[in-house]
Order: sequence, then C-alpha cells, then structure tokens
Amino acid sequence: MDLNKRYTPQTWPDHPETATLEGKNKFVGFWLLLAAETVTFASLFATYLALKDKGPSGMEFSAAGLFELPLVFAMTMILLTSSLTSVYAIYHMKNHNFKAMQAWLGITVLLGLAFLGLEIYEFNHYVHLGFGYTNSAFSSAFYTLVGTHGAHVVFGLSWFIALMIRNAKRGLNMYNAPKFYLAALYWHFIDVVWVFIFTVVYLMGVIG
Amino acid sequence: MAHDTHDIHRSRAEFEFIKKKRAAEMRGQLTSFAMMIFLTLIAFTLVAADFSTYLIVPIILLLAAIQVVLQLYHFMHMSNKGHGMMAFFMFSGMFVAFMTIIAMVTIVWW
Amino acid sequence: MSSNSQKKGFGATIWDYLTTVDHKKIAILYLISGGFFFLVGGVEAMLIRIQLMKAGNDFLSAGTYNEVLTMHGTTMIFLAAMPILLAFMNAVSPLQIGARDVAFPFLNSLGFWLFFFGGVFLNLSWFLGGAPDAGWTNYASLALASEGHGIDFYSLGLTISGFGTLIAGINFLVTIINMRAPGMTYMRMPLFTWTTFVASALILLAFPPLTVGIFFMVFDRLFGANFFDVTMGGNTIIWEHFFWIFGHPEVYILVLPAFGIFSEIFAIFSRKRLFGYTALVFATILIGFYGFMVWAHHMFTVGLGPTANAVFALATMIIAVPTGIKIFNWLLTIWGGSISFTVPMIYAVAFIPSFVAGGVTGVMQAIAPLDYQLHDSYFIVAHFHYVIVGGVVLAILAGTHLYWPKMFGTMLSEKLGKWTFWFFFIGFHLTFFIQHFLGLMGMPRRVYTFGADQGWDLFNAISSVGALFMAIGVIILLVNVVMTVAKNERVGNDPWGDGRTLEWAIPSPPPFYNFAQTPLVRGLDPYWIEKMEGNKEGMVYAEPLGDIHMPNGSFIPFVISLGMFIASFGAMYFMDDKAWALPVLIGGLAITFGSMLVRSLKDDLGFHVTKEELIADNERIQREARALEGGKKGGLK
Repeated sequence: MDLNKRYTPQTWPDHPETATLEGKNKFVGFWLLLAAETVTFASLFATYLALKDKGPSGMEFSAAGLFELPLVFAMTMILLTSSLTSVYAIYHMKNHNFKAMQAWLGITVLLGLAFLGLEIYEFNHYVHLGFGYTNSAFSSAFYTLVGTHGAHVVFGLSWFIALMIRNAKRGLNMYNAPKFYLAALYWHFIDVVWVFIFTVVYLMGVIG
Repeated sequence: MAHDTHDIHRSRAEFEFIKKKRAAEMRGQLTSFAMMIFLTLIAFTLVAADFSTYLIVPIILLLAAIQVVLQLYHFMHMSNKGHGMMAFFMFSGMFVAFMTIIAMVTIVWW
Repeated sequence: MSSNSQKKGFGATIWDYLTTVDHKKIAILYLISGGFFFLVGGVEAMLIRIQLMKAGNDFLSAGTYNEVLTMHGTTMIFLAAMPILLAFMNAVSPLQIGARDVAFPFLNSLGFWLFFFGGVFLNLSWFLGGAPDAGWTNYASLALASEGHGIDFYSLGLTISGFGTLIAGINFLVTIINMRAPGMTYMRMPLFTWTTFVASALILLAFPPLTVGIFFMVFDRLFGANFFDVTMGGNTIIWEHFFWIFGHPEVYILVLPAFGIFSEIFAIFSRKRLFGYTALVFATILIGFYGFMVWAHHMFTVGLGPTANAVFALATMIIAVPTGIKIFNWLLTIWGGSISFTVPMIYAVAFIPSFVAGGVTGVMQAIAPLDYQLHDSYFIVAHFHYVIVGGVVLAILAGTHLYWPKMFGTMLSEKLGKWTFWFFFIGFHLTFFIQHFLGLMGMPRRVYTFGADQGWDLFNAISSVGALFMAIGVIILLVNVVMTVAKNERVGNDPWGDGRTLEWAIPSPPPFYNFAQTPLVRGLDPYWIEKMEGNKEGMVYAEPLGDIHMPNGSFIPFVISLGMFIASFGAMYFMDDKAWALPVLIGGLAITFGSMLVRSLKDDLGFHVTKEELIADNERIQREARALEGGKKGGLK
C-alpha cells in the first residue's frame, strides 16, 4: 500500500473502508468488538436494574426523586445530532472531500464535548446533593453504568481528535479511511447505548 | 495480495451518477434522523404527561428498540452487503445481553 | 525480517521474541509460559494432595491450604489450559486456512503480553502478602471478607489477562472470517479451525461479563463501591451470575479446541476422512450456542426458585446431545480405519471413555434435586477434573506431541511419550475416580483436612498416590522435551506421514511468511487430496510467485502490557494510604495510553519480502529437505 498515492474523487473506491485487506480486517474486527461491547453494557444495565433504588436502610435517594428530565432531554438531543453530523462526515469521506469531512467531524467533536460537559455538570450536581459513588448500591451501579458510557464518549472524542490532527496534512488515503469510518461507527454505537440509558435509566427512573 | 487495491477510474458520468446516489442516500439518513428525534420526543412526552407506568414502560422500550434498529441499519449500514457475519455476531451479542438482563431482573432477588 | 537469519546471539533471540508479531513465535511464547504455569499449578496440586494424604495432616495450615487451592484452580484454567490451547490455535489454525499471518499481528502480540503480565501479577501475590483464598470462583461474600491483598491480585491480574484473551479471540475470528485461502469455504475448514472459531466466538461474548464482574469486585474492594455489600443494598448473587455467565462458556472455550485437536488426530491416524464432518461442525456450533443458556446449573442450591432450576436443568441435559453426536462421529471415524497407535492417537483413544465419564456425571448433576446432594462435595471435584483433565489436558498432551514437529521442526520421542501417557493416564483415573465415592460418602470439597473417624483415609491416600503418578508422567514429558531439543533431529513437511490439512504441506517449522504462494483449496483435507492425486508439491497455487507484504515487529505491545502491570500495583495499594500508589497508578496508565498513542500516530506499513528473496529462501528449503532425505536413507542402511 502506497501512502503517497494521491486519490481524486474519481479514483476513490466506493467503499474505501473495506478496499484493502487491512481495512477489511479492521472493519470486521471492530464490529466484533461492538458485539462484545453490547454484552458489556448489557451486564452493566442488568446490574443497574437489579440494584435500582437499593441502598442502606433509610437511604434518601431514589431514581424518581433524583433525575431531572430537561437536562437529560438536552443531552439526548445533542448526542443524537452528533450522530447525524458524523454521518455527514462519512458521507464526505466517501466523496473524497477531506475538508468537508474534517469540518463535520469538528462539529461532532464540539457536540460531544457539550454532551460531556452536561454529564459532568449532572454528576457534580448529584454529588453535591450527597449522592456519592459510595453512597449505596444504587449509586455505585448508576455511576458505573452512565460513567462507563461517559468514558466511551471521552475515548470516542480522543479518537476523533487524534485522527483529525494526525491526518490534517496527510489527507485521505487507503490507510486512514478505515480509521475514520470505524471512529464514526464507534460514535453511533455510543449513541445506541445512550438511547437505552435515557430510556431505561432516566425515563423509567422518573416514573418509578 | 489484497493490499494493493484495484485502481478505479470513473468516467465523468459514472462519477456524477455515484455522487447523486450518495446524495439520495444522505437524504434517507436525514429522514431516519428526523424519525429518531420524533421517537425521542414521543418518549419524553409520554413520561412528562404522566400516563400509567404499565402503559409507558413497554411503549418507550419499543421506541428505544426502533431507534436502535434505525441506528444499526441506517447510520451503521448493517443491512449492506458483506455485513452478514457482523449481523450474526451482533445478534448473538444481543442474545447473550438479553439472557443476562432477564436473569438479573427476574431471578436475582429470589 | 529477522526470521530469515539462521544463527543469532542469545540477546538477539530474546529481543526477537519480545518484539515478534509472527503467530508461530507467539505460539511458542504461549506454549512456554502456559507450560510454566501448568507446572506451577501442578506443584500446587501436589501440595493439596500431600495435605489430604492422611487424616488430620498438618503439612499446610488451613489458610495456606485455601490459598493453594484457589491458585491451583485459577492458574490451571486461566494461565495454563487456555494459553496452551491458544498456543496451538496460533501455531496451527492460520496454517490450516492457508493464511500468511493472522488478521492483527500486532494485537496478537499484545494479547500474549497482556496474558503474560496478568499471570505474573497474579502469581506475585505469593511473595507480596498472600495469595487469593476465596476459591477460583471467588464468590463475593467470601472475597469481600478476605483480608490482605490476595483477592485484589486475583481481580486485577485476571482483568489484565482477560483483556489479552479477548483480543486473541477477536483476532482469530477475523482471521478465519477474512483470511481463508481461495477455495477454503467454511465447510472445508479443518475441524480444529472450526473449534478455534467457535471457541473464539465464546471468548468474545463470555469475557465481557467476567470483566464487568471483576471490575465490580475491584471497585467494591478498593474504591468503596457497594455492588456486593448487602448492608449497602448490594447483592452477592450478582457476582455468581456474572461469574457463571462467563464460567460455563469458559468450559467450552477450553473443551472445544480440545475436541478440535482430537478430531484432527482421529482422522490422521485412522487414515480416514472424518466421519460426519458436517454433523461435527454443527454440533460444535450448537454446543457454543447452548453454552450460554445453562450457566445457572452451577447455582441450583442458591435458591433461584423451582422455575429457574427446572429451565436450566433441562437446557443442561440438552447440551449432552451435540456432545454425544461428536463422540459417535469419532468412534465411526476410527471404525474401519487403518489405525496407527502413535502417542497422539493413544491419547485420543483414552480421551473418549475418560471424557464420557465426566459428561455422564455432568448430566447427573443437571438433575437439580440430585445436585442438592452432590453440591460442594468431592463428587463435583471428580466430575470437573474428568472433564478438564480427561478432555482438555489429554488434548494438550496429545497436541504437544502432534504439533511439536510443526512448531519446532523435531519430533518428541514416541517411547518416552508412551511412558508419559501410561503414568499420566493411570494416575489420572487413580486420583479422580475414587473421588466420586469420597463425594458420595459425604466429603465436602475445599476442606483442608478431615478426621480419622470419618472413614475417608484410604480413598484419600489412593487419590494422592494417583497424583504422584501424574507428576511422574509430567516429569518424563519434561525429560522428553529436553532430550528432543538436545538431539534436534530435523524432520520434513509431514513427519507423521499422514497429514491431511495444509499445515503439513509446508516445512516444519514453516518459513515466517508461511506460504510463498497462497494455496488453492479444492476440498476438505486439501493436502490429502493433492497427495492422493500424486501431486509431488503437495499444493496447487492460487497466485503466481510475487512480493509478500509482512508486518514489522514491535516492542509496543510489551510496553502497553507493562504499563497496565504497573498501574495495577498503584490501584491495589491505593486504599492502603500509600503516598506512592496514586502516582504509580497514573504513571502506569500513562505508559499504556502513551504507547497506544505512539502506535496510532506512527505510520507502520510493514515491509515486503521480494520475489528474489522468496526464490532464494525456497532453494534453501529444498536443499535442507534433500539433505534430510539423504540422511534418512543413510540411517536406514
């Protein structure tokens, strides 16, 4: 594989992410990793459901009393939108339009950072109310589930940023196209997990 | 071996055609996005409107499932050609996930 | 590139292995370290049997006994059996599908080093304040109460090595999905490759629950979380579920590759195509599938309720069906074959009754009411040793003999191999058969001693003698290895003479690029097909000779794993208010993530082996083969 090979939109393959054997391997391997991640998050969800509202006798916190929907709604909208902007980035990647791709990735990263900021604000707020990580089984399970998702967001953002900086001068080639594609895939998966978090943790939490 | 990709040279017309096809696909993605937003709105509204729990829970779980299908099949292209093995493993993963969750919400406290 | 050169200094060889991404060398690393941990676990087993040799023995204290017992189980499962099987998977399955390498050579190396450092970390507990002592199942109610850092060594060590195993699993899956040679359809894959595939799929889906459970354990013990702390609303049953959602598939992760090795052996040494290949493949897949639906049979006595117990009892009995299918297919493969009783074949034949015995007692325990009687008795100990030793360890010993020439280019002695077999086989049945009866007589497992008035003296003494026999068998195997290495008699492509699959069509050990030209596969058992058609080369090729792209070696996997190893110490002493704990934790993680970043920022495109080098290398191989032929003829005169 020649890194210096220059592509134009006319010579750029239809599926650059799977055009090389390395790309194909990364692609399949990454999907398998997502399958494993599915089980990981299922384990965390299962634990959360088993430990929801469970704590020492006289615990003052419950999901119904704690969670506030407006904040969660804002976070959900931001993350959903960032999923769409990463679709735009990949759309431009397939058209071999590097600048547009970088721009859309930049927007995705900004939205992701906004989401992360809100999540940190939320956690900070709960901790100030006295709902710390070691407060109860419920708090441990809640922070571990949502926090693991948050850690995935951090990792996804770092990945996007590293790719953008690293390839800013290089442009698109067969070596990094699969990486951009997979980072976007990862971002969608983060969104999938969030859909279940806002449904199972927050919405079902609020109704008790 | 497969490290060297075949060189592609598209004619102007081919290129325009493919570009149009991608643009049409992108409009489809926008539609799915609109649907996701819509489903989310319904879910939040249902909860805010304070309907009976037994009504809300199955509905919002169903809405979440639809959203995930949209993400997987449209944004993540799981329906595309060459995704058979991946779909198989994703569904196996979901199967194990389902078993785990069922176990924890039913038999843990008995 | 390094693999080209023939003679190297000791330091250069070590550096080569530290940086290698070649699946054949990684296989050797897995075999050596897995073999080492096998010996460690074996010594621990001997300590257990010495302690239980007679009533009221005080060879080990009760506390030490718990540590030895825990470490024996943990070491044997996670650090011995799995890595040795991964060694064979690495050495053989890429060759069987005609691939030049695995899909992710770098990750392959990373997987090994993570396993290695995890194993070392776990075993350092012996020297740093005491080993884990809550059993290999590490049930939370015991583990949370355990003092010292033993349990933390367990959970952090297994987290690290678990990541390594997960990486290895993904790697094999992708290799088998993407890198099969032209014509190697799924239904032409050798059975060992199939079992590698299904076992890897089980690793993929079973390790995440374990990782999550262990993470909870780490957070509960070190960072004040409350997942398992009942007074804070937690629930210890959650650990049991996660452990067994992982633990039961783990049994199949171990035993499926063992089945694969035996399937190869039966076909090779009966000189027959495997009987019922399709049925064997589907039985393998079914076992993998059912493996996820039976975990609660380990928890019948927890009190899950009659419905749950009934469902899981039924599912467990069903799983005997695909296993039975396999047994009959193997028997019918032998039947009417032209059998040669080499060492691997003897192991394979001995495996069938041994494993069936373990399977039958397994079905007995599937009957939930009976399990209430058998639970936590020596009957259980006997059962799982019949499955693990009678299935997996016999396969490991058989596989060592079978694949030794392919991995090292020289044959283990058949004569000493038979001595090993008889000592080990007799010792195994002597040790564990009688434990069934000890269990039925009421002896509970995991007790450090028993009274003289309980009537268990004789059977325990017999059991200990059996363990001695097994130890002698293993020692003979070691002697065999040393003698074989010392003699170093080189062998050709197909030392057993009846190889059927692609790995036997190339030199032993294979060149680092495996296949100069990618083979074309024309059916099941491709090498056998070519042999039968009188093809002298043993292969037809799918491509003309050309440049081959190979990955560069890298030291980064070692550094990434080392970082996690260091970080684990920081995490472990964090709660002890040690000032250095936090910096060490952060520093270790910085090493890990920093080296990951270096890896992703650097362009590492690998190198090309040119056509000329390939031709030269091929001439060397031909020359050596001719010399070998000449030597053999000389020997016959």
